[in-house]
Amino acid sequence: MSKVLVILETAGGQIRPHCLPGITCAAEIARATGKPLHLLVLGAQPDAAAQAIAAAGYGAAAVHTLAGPTLEPFTAEAWSDAIIHAARTLGASVIGGTASSTLRDALPRAAAVLDAPLVSEVVKVKSGDTFVRPISAGRALQDQKVNAGTFFFTARGTEFEHAQPTGAVPVQAVAAAAANTRGAVVQGVQKTESSRPQLTEAKVIVSGGRGMREGANFKLLEQLTDLLGGALGASRAATDAGMVPADLQVGQTGKIVAPELYFAVAISGAIQHLAGMKGSKTIVAINKDAEAPIFQVADYGLVAKWEEAVPRLVELIKARKGA
Amino acid sequence: MKILVCVKRIPDPDESLKFAGGGLDYSASKWVPNAFDEYAIETALRLAEVVGGTQRLAEVIVLGIGPESQRQQLTQFLAMGADRGIIVDADPDKLDTATVSKLIAAVFKKEAADLLIAGKLSQDNEGGQVPQRVAGLLDVPQASFAATVEWDQAAKALTVGREVDDGVEVKRVPLPAVVSVDLRIVLPKSVKNGSTPATHAYQEGPRLASLKGITMAKRKPVAVLKPSDLGVAVGTNEQVVGVAAPPARKAGQKVKTVEELFEKLTKEAKVI
Ligand SMILES: Cc1cc2nc3c(=O)[nH]c(=O)nc-3n(C[C@H](O)[C@H](O)[C@H](O)COP(=O)(O)OP(=O)(O)OC[C@H]3O[C@@H](n4cnc5c(N)ncnc54)[C@H](O)[C@@H]3O)c2cc1C
Ligand SMILES: Nc1ncnc2c1ncn2[C@@H]1O[C@H](COP(=O)(O)O)[C@@H](O)[C@H]1O
Repeated sequence: MSKVLVILETAGGQIRPHCLPGITCAAEIARATGKPLHLLVLGAQPDAAAQAIAAAGYGAAAVHTLAGPTLEPFTAEAWSDAIIHAARTLGASVIGGTASSTLRDALPRAAAVLDAPLVSEVVKVKSGDTFVRPISAGRALQDQKVNAGTFFFTARGTEFEHAQPTGAVPVQAVAAAAANTRGAVVQGVQKTESSRPQLTEAKVIVSGGRGMREGANFKLLEQLTDLLGGALGASRAATDAGMVPADLQVGQTGKIVAPELYFAVAISGAIQHLAGMKGSKTIVAINKDAEAPIFQVADYGLVAKWEEAVPRLVELIKARKGA
Repeated sequence: MKILVCVKRIPDPDESLKFAGGGLDYSASKWVPNAFDEYAIETALRLAEVVGGTQRLAEVIVLGIGPESQRQQLTQFLAMGADRGIIVDADPDKLDTATVSKLIAAVFKKEAADLLIAGKLSQDNEGGQVPQRVAGLLDVPQASFAATVEWDQAAKALTVGREVDDGVEVKRVPLPAVVSVDLRIVLPKSVKNGSTPATHAYQEGPRLASLKGITMAKRKPVAVLKPSDLGVAVGTNEQVVGVAAPPARKAGQKVKTVEELFEKLTKEAKVI
């Protein structure tokens, strides 16, 4: 019987948490299509991570491994080869996972080789072949139907719950296949090291915009962030200006986030920024311009300069925590 | 070296959307090039030109898949400095993403191009998949979400800084290859071609067409092809069956002071 196959990413022998919403989306597709859910772990030595994942089970029938020296570090070329091989070997007809930069790179390539459609950034599973996805910077929701025996999907991480452990399932190895980088070489990844939670995982996010003027001023936002145990974010204008690293950008072309609490400080609220944070539960905007569009989505809007508002807010929170 | 650049025309993203009959009504829309494709052409031009010299290192061809009326957006890119254009004339409503990708791959092969530069995302339908698909169809390496590109002419390779979720990955790809570009590719020092002095700082953002460029663009050749000329069958394995406005956020409130904000966050929203 054909299967729903989720491609997982791992680090340090564990599943990367951002993959968990992708499993939930796949489980919904599995329910809607009546196909069993299977998980796939790729890597040079995927066994330890696969064992850990299989111990949790996540509602899958089995966890499969595909090992190969060219699968680490990640390249879209080798991963696409491996995904195609695994899909064929296992008889998978629905293939996907969370819309991370990894799967957004590899899955369309694999889909093209299999001549299959790919539905990107699914936010809702309507039926076994129809999915809701945001378009035009989140200003519209499109229902997309696929007419194909095999299709791919990526799930928007903020729109599905994290899959929960359900109980141990078996691990099975898929025989190795040629996975080839086509001459591409990954020379390294400059990671933004941070002791703060990942933007996509954080419960609180404090974002700064162009109005912060320079990187040094983000220190103040970091104080607020750390008091609340949150993550730091930014608008494109702030990242482009080099105030903070590019991977802190929130928006249509940055991270899509939906924390419990989102602070937009000195951010005007362009639609491309809103596209990335509109799903937040509570939005606070601090901006000196009362007409700034960010106030239209803010639950609490404060017209003020950050120079005055943020230090006072930090003081008040400190006092409360101290109490 | 031959660089093929994709241009897709999209309804102006600054216009508000008109919902009608379970779809979007674009009949009165102003059409503009997709912003990421403007970044793609800027990248190609920076690779092709030698600042301070007259020599050209590459031919830059712009390619649009869609109605012939998109010539206007193509001409905009010719005015910026591309050498010639190709339109594959087809009704966009009858083209799925798989077919668009096949058509681009077919033109790449027909032209024996060395490099495809495309945007990382269409701002309208936000597929985020055409360049990766084309790379798969051509079986060549890909560098998606490029924020920097350095061309090693002698080695016929590109070193690309890719914006990934947890930082910047540096990937070296031999040509022929496919690159999709992200926002920061148009910062002043993001593109280096090995001939323009490495210290050269470009303007930020895509260049504006000069008056001379606009005049010259009218004389540059634009070939119009049909999908059948490329041996690609137009199919559709996906279909839009409805469009709706997202639920609106409930109206918020303005607070007058930081103290009031703090009060609301602790007592009303209970998030601190
Ligand atoms: C294709 C494309 C994709 C894009 N993707 C993204 C994206 O993913 N994310 C994103 O953020 N943007 C994105 N943008 C850019 C977006 O359109 C805006 O340009 C950007 O979000 C503006 O950033 P900003 O709000 O920080 O700056 P501005 O719009 O310049 O706003 C600065 C704000 O700071 C306020 N301010 C100034 N000084 C103070 C002060 N002392 N105290 C308080 N307030 C102050 C001002 O009133 C103003 O409202 C994209 C654009 C394009 C074309
Ligand atoms: N119809 C088209 N014609 C030319 N290029 C296209 C077309 N559709 C998509 N592209 C290219 O592919 C990129 C990504 O598009 P998408 O996968 O639709 O998000 C765009 O930025 C364009 O460079």
